[in-house]
Amino acid sequence: MFRNQYDTDVTTWSPAGRLFQVEYAMEAVKQGSAAIGLRSKTHVVLACVNKASSELSSHQKKIFKVDDHIGVAIAGLTADGRVLSRYMRNECINYSYTYESPLPVGRLVCTQRSWKRPYGVGLLIGGLDESGAHLYYNCPSGNYFEYQAFAIGSRSQAAKTYLERKFETFVDSSRENLIKDALFALRETLQGEKLTSSNCTIAVLGIGEAFSTLDQETVQRLINEFEVVGEDPPAEAAAAPDQSDGAEPGPAAAAADDDDQETPAADQGAAPMDI
Amino acid sequence: MPGLMLASAAGSDSQRTLYPYVTGTSVVGIKYKDGILLAADMGGSYGSTLRYKTVERMKPVGKHSIIGASGELSDFQEIMRYLDELILNDNMWDDGNSLGPKEVLNYLTRVMYNRRNKFNPLWNSLVLGGIKNGQKYLGTVSMIGVHYEDNHVATGFGNHLARPILRDEWHEDMTFEEGVKLLEKCMRVLLYRDRSAVNKLQIAKITEEGVTISQPYS
Repeated sequence: MFRNQYDTDVTTWSPAGRLFQVEYAMEAVKQGSAAIGLRSKTHVVLACVNKASSELSSHQKKIFKVDDHIGVAIAGLTADGRVLSRYMRNECINYSYTYESPLPVGRLVCTQRSWKRPYGVGLLIGGLDESGAHLYYNCPSGNYFEYQAFAIGSRSQAAKTYLERKFETFVDSSRENLIKDALFALRETLQGEKLTSSNCTIAVLGIGEAFSTLDQETVQRLINEFEVVGEDPPAEAAAAPDQSDGAEPGPAAAAADDDDQETPAADQGAAPMDI
Repeated sequence: MPGLMLASAAGSDSQRTLYPYVTGTSVVGIKYKDGILLAADMGGSYGSTLRYKTVERMKPVGKHSIIGASGELSDFQEIMRYLDELILNDNMWDDGNSLGPKEVLNYLTRVMYNRRNKFNPLWNSLVLGGIKNGQKYLGTVSMIGVHYEDNHVATGFGNHLARPILRDEWHEDMTFEEGVKLLEKCMRVLLYRDRSAVNKLQIAKITEEGVTISQPYS
């Protein structure tokens, strides 16, 4: 995209019927670090890459709880993202106060205002309502779409390719497999860099489970599980632990088995991250 | 009277509800096996005169709820306008979600309480019952915004005359016939003892399938 005479103002149309300012805002989303969302019938998982600007600084928070049943992951101008999260939290609280009932997600997603400039942030909104689990993508143009799985931000295409291959399995996926799929997709966006619990954040919500962010320990354990077993995605990983042998020293394999047994109980007990 | 003292500052006192004119008497509601049953007579009193004898004091609200009102009938009609707008906006979303009885009652509570805070109440006591996704709900809200839910509720004189009967004789999972008999017993006591009761009543039933309001009978 190049500068042109129609791109100064968000209220100016180009002769081709484009609003360049809005398109530039969407570019801002593409520059942000990746965020991924996937859903099954009962759960929604949001995952994002957390890059600290330097070793001395802490990570930017990119996943926000909007209500017990709604969470949002952002990519792009995080400041704008925070403004929108606050607005959404407000909407949820007002609705709960008036109706004593959680706000249906679909009614939350129409938020964009057309004041000074478009918000330079893309929102992946995951939520639960009486019609099931939903994942929406809200872009700076104000449009929103519902997805089974989606990825936004830099190098999200790699994640999208992975998700496109696997999305049909997501509907009936278990919570654990959904999280593992999110981690796999996230790994794709890192392009060779090592995925550790310190450069990603995962959040889950589901039927009977309020929105919570998984703590570093749980995330690291899940990452270790599939790294010990190998490159295989979850479907094969289930069979692999039984067969994995001499390649890893004994203790590591034993540790993997122990982990697999503990996984269901530990995941249920995983404490939400206090931020 | 507080209304008179604040008169000139507020502009015109005629904007406030100071006392009700045409009123309905008690409404009684119970939960039963398949949903909720409401009973109310069809009287509209003008002070001590039993002026209107065919007033429908119970109306369906959306797909899942039914409302019964006692008190000022014009305020009830106003409330119905609010609710119609609420349900309309809810339907316009067209997204598979709908407001259930709990949500409607809470909305009404907010409305009643806010009006009371402005010293301009909607002079009604409302009963709101409904069933959604198998969950039965029966609650009430008064003109000052006090609300609660229970297995059986009543407004006005019903609280004093009908609820003791219900406390003794109501039980979980009554059949429709048992429920109607119990409500008729309550309405009979009210007819004997409540001066503003008339001998013409309606019974409303709400189940998962929908709302039915019976023809008037005595």
